[in-house]
Amino acid sequence: MTEVLEAAREQVLERGEGLREDQVLAVLELDDDQVEAALELAHEVRMRWCGPDIEVEGIVSLKTGGCPEDCHFCSQSGRFETPVRAVRLDIPSLVEAARQTATTGATEFCIVAAVRGPDERLMEQVREGVAAIQEAVDINVACSLGILTRDQAAELAGLGVHRYNHNLETARSYFGNVVTTHTWEERRETLELIREFGMEVCCGCIIGMGESLAQRAELAAQLASLDPHEVPLNFLDPRPGTPFAHLTPPDAREALRAIAAFRLAMPRTVLRFAGGRELTLGDLGARQGVVGGINAIIVGNYLTTLGRDPQEDLDLLAELSMPVKALSDTL
Amino acid sequence: MSTAVLHCDACGRPRDEGDHAACRARRAATDPPRYCTQCGRRLRVQVLPLGYAAECVRCGPLPPR
Repeated sequence: MTEVLEAAREQVLERGEGLREDQVLAVLELDDDQVEAALELAHEVRMRWCGPDIEVEGIVSLKTGGCPEDCHFCSQSGRFETPVRAVRLDIPSLVEAARQTATTGATEFCIVAAVRGPDERLMEQVREGVAAIQEAVDINVACSLGILTRDQAAELAGLGVHRYNHNLETARSYFGNVVTTHTWEERRETLELIREFGMEVCCGCIIGMGESLAQRAELAAQLASLDPHEVPLNFLDPRPGTPFAHLTPPDAREALRAIAAFRLAMPRTVLRFAGGRELTLGDLGARQGVVGGINAIIVGNYLTTLGRDPQEDLDLLAELSMPVKALSDTL
Repeated sequence: MSTAVLHCDACGRPRDEGDHAACRARRAATDPPRYCTQCGRRLRVQVLPLGYAAECVRCGPLPPR
């Protein structure tokens, strides 16, 4: 075993202290023949500090497309010529989506909108939608509505939104290559508001947007510094019409290194498989990830793309003897 | 209404123009239909956790999936 993995065994597995940035970089730079060992250690860390449960979540887009921001990976930006047309989901359909999600055993349902931040029309939809879901479906409601004001953060917490997603997306030093219409610091400020008002912080990223391995390690350290409850790990799915359409998705080995490295950087967080895993990892990689540090999945479809059949994921978890986290364990 | 597939549902270009191998791969992997196969317009697509709904403003809705 390499030096960094030996150190990680004592530091992360035994003491529960995440790897530092330089150590994360060493994991990301491991030779191919060491990746298996890194994944095994990451899995041990996950089992030790998080337990065997897998948290299952579904997501849905409440407002699709027409976003004023220019996140270069996103097909929902109104600034790019992409195949995605603007569309809004009505409240009965939102509740039905939550109900469908709950049938998979999911404990989380995240309402997402392609916006810079919520305007009053969107906030009104969210008020109505959250109340309707809480009335009809046994599931935790999360939101991802972009940059929040202080009043909006307070209101969402008051509505019972228990977790809020706002991704850093990439390292601070690379952020300007990905987004120019808002800053990394603005994102960070929203994350601070989420915590201040008592919502769980969900903050993730996208791997494979042209960042260097050093920047990937920087990102892991920056995420760890937030002490997030959850980190959704996306892999770039280059979307037609976006500035990143020409990029090649990360290969499976690179993605698996990132999974192990991020788990070793954040031993206690919920590390969730999110978008792009179908493309980058396929069936075999998904299995390796779930026994390599991942302890949560997005089940079913994403915001504008289709995911795996939920039953395939649930069958995989059953085969690996990994119980789906129960709703009663999340409250 | 004709049901012949005239346009690629991934890129919207006429089906008999150019190579649509990449479009087919994208559709098979992760993408719902994005263009109407009859008129080539962009569809309004709502992806849902267990399916999707798509509609052409001119030709009408696609069967729900």
